[in-house]
Formats: sequence, structure tokens, C-alpha cells
Amino acid sequence: MDVPDIQASLAEIIRDVLDDPDFEVTPETSAADHSDWDSFSHISIIVAAEMRFGIKFQTAEIESACNVGDFAALIARKCQAA
Amino acid sequence: MSGSHSPCSLHWLPPADRFAARVAELRDRTDDDPEQRFAALRAVADHRLDFLETRRLDRLLEETADTVPADVPRLRLSLLGSATLDHLVPAIRVAALRRGLVVDVDVTPFGQWRQQILDPESALYAFEPGCVLLAPDLSALLSELPLDATAAEAALAVDEAVDDLAQLWRMVRDRTGAAILQETPWLDAPPLYGHFERHVPGSPGAVARRLDRALDEAAAKEGVLLLDLRSAVYGIGAHHVSDSALWHHAKQAVSPLAAPWVGDHIARILAAIRGLSKKVLVLDLDNTLWGGVIGDDGLDGIVVGQGSAAGEAFAAFQRYLKRLGGRGVVLAVSSKNDRAVARAAFTDHPEMVLRIDDFASFEADWNDKPAALRRIAEELSLGLDSFVFVDDNPAERALMRQILPQVAVPELPEAPELYVRCLADAGYFEAVSFTAEDTRRNAQYVANRERRELESSTQDIESFLRDLRMTLQVSPFRSADVPRITQLINKTNQFNMTTRRYTEAEVRGFMQDPKVLTFAARLSDRFGDNGLTSVVICRPSDDGRTEAGLEIDTWLMSCRILGRRIEQAMLAVVAEKASEAGADVLLGRYRPTKKNGLVKELYRNLGFELREINNRTGESTWAFPLSMPARPATDHLQLQYE
Repeated sequence: MDVPDIQASLAEIIRDVLDDPDFEVTPETSAADHSDWDSFSHISIIVAAEMRFGIKFQTAEIESACNVGDFAALIARKCQAA
Repeated sequence: MSGSHSPCSLHWLPPADRFAARVAELRDRTDDDPEQRFAALRAVADHRLDFLETRRLDRLLEETADTVPADVPRLRLSLLGSATLDHLVPAIRVAALRRGLVVDVDVTPFGQWRQQILDPESALYAFEPGCVLLAPDLSALLSELPLDATAAEAALAVDEAVDDLAQLWRMVRDRTGAAILQETPWLDAPPLYGHFERHVPGSPGAVARRLDRALDEAAAKEGVLLLDLRSAVYGIGAHHVSDSALWHHAKQAVSPLAAPWVGDHIARILAAIRGLSKKVLVLDLDNTLWGGVIGDDGLDGIVVGQGSAAGEAFAAFQRYLKRLGGRGVVLAVSSKNDRAVARAAFTDHPEMVLRIDDFASFEADWNDKPAALRRIAEELSLGLDSFVFVDDNPAERALMRQILPQVAVPELPEAPELYVRCLADAGYFEAVSFTAEDTRRNAQYVANRERRELESSTQDIESFLRDLRMTLQVSPFRSADVPRITQLINKTNQFNMTTRRYTEAEVRGFMQDPKVLTFAARLSDRFGDNGLTSVVICRPSDDGRTEAGLEIDTWLMSCRILGRRIEQAMLAVVAEKASEAGADVLLGRYRPTKKNGLVKELYRNLGFELREINNRTGESTWAFPLSMPARPATDHLQLQYE
């Protein structure tokens, strides 16, 4: 699975967690772009992504990803390593 | 995305097929009748939802909160703990919805659980909870002990921590009257010594065990309920329930993946507090209680008991069911079989663990099973929403879920060795009390079958009742009976005039109030003891009239003694004692619910006069003048007052 596919899946997860089917997700999108994207939603997105891609993030990785693009790249790396 | 492979999945529930579509449909159908709408929401909740699905369904529940029918049971829950608990709220609410209960949850701000209890002006008390769940981590109760602490020092530290907690319980109870639910701390510090841990009193493992035991004793003494996550987590593995990355990141002790599972455990107890636990277990026979089909394979061909691993597994399942029967779960059979052939399995098969007299009802014919369950419900006078139906056949399960959605239908695994775990993990029969009555319940229902046979052979009701040779023993509430009385107050739905639910603390409050008259009655007859089955609470009337009136705040009877004219005898006792207490009139109230239509005309039939009826709510008030010499006749039984 390449980065654009991962981004598309992530966008789906994010819209699902935020319960906002019209939210536009780009590689630059981050928590600051949506009023409902609080720490609770953030954790839910991370856990949903772990479930979806069958991977497990480390604490430092969770903190390093600042936007959707970073996050997708991180997932791609982890999927490859797995 | 489904949590079905997670160790924390709700594996006893059917998979959530078409979840997104069903939620979308429900969202669009806003013109539905509120009852149908709530039933549809409940049906969606009754699936193996993962945490995202749980969140989405909870949002839908919240959006439609104002359309929930007024007679749906509700409970206000306060959550207090030292970790982040907010993500458990949707899980608790959806798991409660699964049981037909609507829960409003208030979560104490992070790190403030102790302050909120101590401060009488806090948000905790302003919320007026009906139940308070305390879920502090071990480290919030007790600081680390030095490793050279002696056993006596460790015991002292643990006792102090538990005493401190018990004081908080009492404070909450005195200020709210709420049921208190204490979580058993389950997330232990990692071992320092490994297998030698238990030999070192100050080690994390030894301290956790000591605290666990002390908590059991304190909770029993204070009448506090336990949410025993420690034991529940043991079967799954704490590392599946908690995620250390999320603990460090967000102080979540429970991972979102495990939230639906923890929420279901919490909701079980909330439902039990509200009397919504299941009571009846209806069992299929072929390939459920034994391997094979008795109609085809014959008595000698079915697989149960020694001789094969599968036979051992079926026997182990039967032993578990028998123990459940001994606990007070009412057992019944619904099988598509020839009745005589099916019965022969229980009377003639040497390896059969369950016997014919373990079943309060035995339905074996070729008609559909929802009809059989309706007959069983009628026979036992128990509501279908207290039924669990166990069947290995997916088609029978699907039919039952469709026709009788209020019946719980576990998704039985294919292998018989997994049946016990499926039923045990589903937690259908959660209790908030256990009394000696419970152990006799199944036997009492079995005896009822014999009474029914007598009834059909006797000419008229008068002689039937006399033939029963009943004795009714009435007394004020006694301390030893309080758990059973509280259980009846919270479980009885049909013969219940006002359906007011009270906690054990409130029941004790009535006992201590000299202005309140309490009555508890036991009924026995020639078939055995029916146990404590009737409860009446009278308090001074506050309707503003000048006469000295006592109002029947609560009057209920267990449905297993209905039709025995016990109500006449109870009224005779209550009227006499009210008169002795100086009352001129006894007031009765009927508050209609979906289930108590049975007693709508009770007061009229007992000779009360109608005073008032509220046409909107259907609530009615009745008066029974105590100056009248007329008292109901009680010569069909022997009446004793102690």
C-alpha cells in the first residue's frame, strides 16, 4: 500500500471519528483544522489506524506525526518494516 | 473494521453486519414512533460493535435523546477515577442501551475524584447520581511501600488505605443515597521479584493482593458493590485491556479498543441495579446439550458424558447450567422434537447431568420457537425481556432475534467446549445480591409446575387454594431480609403498584423511620416454601388533607405467587397495623408502567374508592377508610404476624 492509498484510508478514518463526512483531508491537515479534533478524537484516530493497518505505534512516533502527510508516511514505513 | 479478532471483543454478540447502513437508516427515519425507534436503536446496540461503531451509535442516541419513550428505565451515573475515563462514556451508554436502559453519565474532571467527594458543593452532588462508580488506580489509593516493610506494616498501610476509601463511600452514600460501585484495581505495577513476589510483603504484587482482599471485606461490610475488573481482566490479559503507549500519551488506563468491553461490564451492573438482569435460560437440546440429533440417532447415539472429548464438553456445559440453576437462574427447554423422545433423554440416559426436574418448563414440539418462548413466559409469569435463548442453530437464533428482539440470544460458537465461556463472558445473570432464596428459586418454579397440575385437576379456585394449605408469615422488615427486599423492589415489574426503586441504604432508612410501616411476607404451602415474596411500605400521606392518612408508597409481590389471593391477606394485615398506628384512612396509588397493567384495578377490586385519576399519566389515587369494620377475608390461608 503506497502513501496516497494510506492517506485516503486515513481520511476515511478521520471523517468517521470526527463524524463529519464533508471534512476535506489533505496531507497538510492537522488537529488544528477541525474544532472537534480534541485529544480524545486524536487517540481514537490513532487506535483506529492501528486497527486498520495492523500496526502498533510507539509513544515517540505518536508525538512526531504533526499532520496527515507525516502520519501516512509513518504508517507506510511501519507497514514495510512489518 | 471490526473488533471481532480483538481479545476484548464482545464475542457473544452477533457480528455488526451493515452497521453503517443501519445507522444511516435510523438517522433518516425521524418520523418513526418513539418506541419503535428506541427498539431499533437497541437492536443495533445488540451487536459486536468496536469502539468506533460504539461512538457513532452513541452520537445517534444522543441526537435522539428527546425521543426516548418516557417509560424507558433511566439511571444517572457519576464516574470518578484517577485516569482518563471520558472515552468510556459512549461504551457505557451503548452497553446500557443494549439492555434497554438509558444512562446519563457525568465524569469527574481528571485528577479530582477525591476533592469532588469531599466538597459538598461539588458537581458530583449537583448531578444527583443514582449510582457512583469509583475507579481509582492502585497508586491513587496507596503509595509504594519500602521493600523491607514487614507483613504487619504492609497490612497496616493497606488497612489505612481501605478505611480511607470506606469513609469516602459513606460520605457519597450519605449525601446522595446512590448505589456505590467500586472498581477493583486491576492495573498492577510490573513485578520486581517474579515468582518470589508473594514472599515479599512490601512488593507491588503482594500489596496489590492484600488490597484486593481488604477491599472485598470492606465492600461487603459497607454494602458497596464491586465492579470486579481485576477478575474480568485476568481472563483476557491486562496488556490487551490497557495500552502503555496510550497510558503515557493520554492517561487512559483502558485502551479505546477495550472500552466497549469495559463499558459492557459496567452496564451489566447498572442493569442489575435496575432489575434488568436476565432470569430465565431457555435451552435447545440437539447439538446444544448433547451432540447429535436424538430423533435420528436415538438415545444411545447421542454424544454426552464420558467416552469422547465432545461428550465431556457437553457434560461440562450441562454441569455449568446446573450450577446456574442452583444459583437461581430458571432453566427451561425449547426443542423441536417429539416430546416423549426428548424427555427420555433426561430420564433414561445415564450420562445426562441435567435431569427432568431441573427444568421449570419443557417445550418440545414441532412449532416455532418464538411461540414456545411466549408460552414459557406465560407459564412462568416472567417477562420475555428476562429470557436468554441458547441454540446452536444459526437459523433459530436469527428467527428469535427477529421475532422477539427483547430475548438475549448469544452467538454460540461451533465447538461445544467453548459454550461455557460464551455464556459466562456474556454476563447475562449479573446480580447485586445473593440470598438463600435464590438457591431455591429454580426448584420453586419446578414445584409450580406441579401446582399447575393440581389446579387443572381441582374443580374451583376456592378449593384449589384451600388444598394448597398456605401459610403467610408477615413481619416488619428485618435486617437479615434487607438484601432480598431490595432485590424484589428493584426487580419486580408486574405486581408493582408504583414501581419505585430503592437502594439498600434507602430500605434501611425506612426501617429506622418510626413513621414508616414496613411489611415483608413469606408464603409457604404444601409444595414448599416460596420464600419472601411480598413487600409493602407505608408512609404518612402528604396529600394535604386533614385526616390522619397512611399512604402505600410501595406494594409489590413476586409473580410466582400471583393468583393465590395473597393481596387480600396483605391488605388485611396492613389495614390492621395502620389502624393501630392511628391512621383513619389508607391511601393507595397506582402508577402505570408498560408492565404493571395486571394491578391497574387492584385497589378497586380490594374495595378502595377512587379519589383521583390523572388522565394524562393514568396515575390514580385510591382510599380505603379504616373506620369501616370490613376487612378482606383471609380464611383461604393461615395468617401469622410476628
